[in-house]
Amino acid sequence: MSTVGESRAAQAGKAAKDASQGRQKEMIARHYTRLSRAKEEGKKVVYTFVPGNLVEVIDALGMLPVLPEINALQSGMRGRSAAYIAEAERMGHSEDVCTYVKCDIGMMLGGNVGPTGETLPEPDLLLLSYTGCFTFMKWFELLKEAYRCPVVMLHVPYQPTGIITPEAREYVVKQLRDEVVPALEKVAGRRLDMDDLRHRLALSALAEDDLVAVWESARNRPSPIDGYFGGVYYIGPIFTAFRGTEDAVLYYRELRSEVEERVRRGEGPTGPDGPIPEERYRLVVEGPPNWTSFFDFWRMFSREGAVVVSSSYTRVGGLYDDGFRHSPEAPFESLADYCMGCYTNLGLPSRIDMLERAIRNYSADGFLVNSVKSCNSFSAGQLLMMRELERRTGVPGGFVESDLVDPRYFGKANIENRLQSYFQMLDARRNRGYA
Amino acid sequence: MRCVVGIDLGSTTTKAVLLDENGRVVGQGITNSRSNYHVASAVARQEAHTAARFEALRRALHERFAAGGEVPEETVRDVEARLPEAFRLGLYMSQLDELDVEIALAVDASFPVDGRGALREAVEEVLARTRGEAAALFEPGASRRSDFFRDVAAEAYVRGAEDVAARGGPTFERLLALFDRAILEVERRVQVVDFPRLLGEAADRVIARVPAERRDAVARVLPEVARQVGAEEIEEVAFAGTGYGRQTLPFPKEAVRSEILCHGRGANRIFPGTRTVLDIGGQDTKAIQVDEGGVVTSFQMNDRCAAGCGRYLGYIADELNLGLHELGPLALRARKVVRVNSTCTVFAGAELRERLALGERREDILAGLHRAILLRAMALLARSGGVRNEFTFTGGVCKNPAATRELRALVKDTYGEGIHLNIHADSIYMGALGAALFAWDDHRAGRAVVPPALRDGADPPPPRPAADVGGTGA
Repeated sequence: MSTVGESRAAQAGKAAKDASQGRQKEMIARHYTRLSRAKEEGKKVVYTFVPGNLVEVIDALGMLPVLPEINALQSGMRGRSAAYIAEAERMGHSEDVCTYVKCDIGMMLGGNVGPTGETLPEPDLLLLSYTGCFTFMKWFELLKEAYRCPVVMLHVPYQPTGIITPEAREYVVKQLRDEVVPALEKVAGRRLDMDDLRHRLALSALAEDDLVAVWESARNRPSPIDGYFGGVYYIGPIFTAFRGTEDAVLYYRELRSEVEERVRRGEGPTGPDGPIPEERYRLVVEGPPNWTSFFDFWRMFSREGAVVVSSSYTRVGGLYDDGFRHSPEAPFESLADYCMGCYTNLGLPSRIDMLERAIRNYSADGFLVNSVKSCNSFSAGQLLMMRELERRTGVPGGFVESDLVDPRYFGKANIENRLQSYFQMLDARRNRGYA
Repeated sequence: MRCVVGIDLGSTTTKAVLLDENGRVVGQGITNSRSNYHVASAVARQEAHTAARFEALRRALHERFAAGGEVPEETVRDVEARLPEAFRLGLYMSQLDELDVEIALAVDASFPVDGRGALREAVEEVLARTRGEAAALFEPGASRRSDFFRDVAAEAYVRGAEDVAARGGPTFERLLALFDRAILEVERRVQVVDFPRLLGEAADRVIARVPAERRDAVARVLPEVARQVGAEEIEEVAFAGTGYGRQTLPFPKEAVRSEILCHGRGANRIFPGTRTVLDIGGQDTKAIQVDEGGVVTSFQMNDRCAAGCGRYLGYIADELNLGLHELGPLALRARKVVRVNSTCTVFAGAELRERLALGERREDILAGLHRAILLRAMALLARSGGVRNEFTFTGGVCKNPAATRELRALVKDTYGEGIHLNIHADSIYMGALGAALFAWDDHRAGRAVVPPALRDGADPPPPRPAADVGGTGA
């Protein structure tokens, strides 16, 4: 709906947003409905995590994926996480435990009602296909105890240098071939059809091409996208249940054309309250967003004209910027590379290099860290990274602290104060001719 | 006189700094932030105006007396020392009048009805004693617990109420409750300072104290100069606000500056060699790196927890039933430093009690608490990029000698001998000074924001952009 006096660009922005977002919303709703009917339709359910997920394999075996972190962040956005966390803490989980875990446990204790209000099915299998996060292992230990179902683990070697060796690749492929896929097949009750898998991986690669084009559109001034707050919507389908589906291909095609249209019109991204009128600061952001105050947090940026041109969080479920694609020619090999290449599986030097490229490629004015209490995979070393990036690029770093889904760790006034100081600092530096 | 003003609305105190059109500091004022930032900022500005006038008065007197040559230097100095105190006494007395009115209202509303007579009688005696003690408080060199009306009046009132209650009649608690209620009302208003009148009266009081043989010479000059200075308008042509409370005031966005930027700029003004600033305020600690122009290049703040800030010391002072200003000197008398492990303020309080119960000396524990605060500050400094030369310490806590001693030692241990530590008597004004400098920039660039009128009381209208009021800012 538009109002009189709104610019044509603004209307177009809204309309553009509506099309792809509407499609995504419908896809997600359909998925949750499918999940709610899984048991009655005799579908097997696999719980697995976003980084390193093997969703094409799960789909090819006719099973359905549930992603616990996505449920946790959705609960956070819908204001339910505080109660879930309290429930988990009553059960004995410490305040220091990752709040995604506690949110998920609390949701499970409360009847496993998912974000759309439909009940989530219990797992037939827990697939831990990414070991870059130690907490994931503990998380599934807890779920295994609760659901009494098998866990299959894929050990994913850490990537200290960012260069995947043939030995590491072979190590993961061997596990996939000899352990993970057979275990999945046993639960699914059928053999993996390699042609079906190849078809799905080809679809994945198509969507990945379009996603990369969307990321790269941020080279424009103004950037037509916000690669962090807006970016979490863009990664929605490809990081979750839809990679390797026709739906995802259509979504990314549509998203890409919307973004290209904004570039043609010279428009910026749509913010939480409509189009962002003026791009005043271009930022690269490291670390996950806060979900409980997601829109408040975004507004602290959008109101100041701060647009995020690239972010590391939007690479946790797959890093495609440097050319990696899922490949029908080498199915297991490409899945192995995908798992090992997730952002938080990389050593600090690789992460710093990647952020440096982002700062330079997208002509960023600033680099900001949102350091979350819950996630050591992200938070360890962030200050060091910030200093090193400042040294290499001369772009000033900023640092705020919050959490994923525990609202107790989002201090609105403090964070706002820091961000305002940071933006004013960027102005002051600009006035002195630093940037 | 045309001025620009910077206001720093802190969680504990509110500060104002006035600059003239050449960017020179002409006055600064401070008050307790109370629960009303409107009033606090108006009072701080008024204090700054008063300071500015006294500065002008001092200059004018020097010129006149130096030209005349009939008054010895010693007498001029004595007059200069007495005049501000005599003025403050007048101000204090008029504030006591307001307190008197409010207390009378509170008595009239008290129960039981038939107890009001006795209460009135007792409270009148307490107030009379409070007034009687006033003059001695404002002799040059007299020590006052603080300069805030609330603190000065409370100290005298409590003493009087204890004595009066000891003789029977209304209890001390009842008398104190009247004060507590009345002071809130008095603090909610902006007192209208009739500067020319108060200054004239102060001049008369000072003249009366001048030795007889020089009195005529002083009397020929002082009232006239006081009249001139008292009558001069102070026009605020630009302002900027900063600090914790800035969001609660109807400051337009253009007039609001981040505390970080203001502290960096202020520190650079006082100590141009500053590269690192540590500011420990009531509820936050900031570590700031600045370049040679005072522009912030990076910063860190505490955010999930406020332990280790000024309030930590305030809490400890309350636990020990001491004044905040007494902590530092006591800690300096430590013979050893007791290790305090708790980073949480409340737990540190518990640890303090436990240590006392175990027989540790209060001084030694206090030394440990001071170290605990500064260790947290050191961690923050490290996160912001370390301590570089020169290093400037600002905020309320820098007035605490034990804190500065500890900081000096820790900086030396960590960063070696080469770091010069700057602390200025007016360090608490750094934020307001920085804000004033930003206002001065705005004034010179023709984009000044004019502050709300000073005397509009608790609810000033929002300030207007200068362009709407005839280009005062240009």
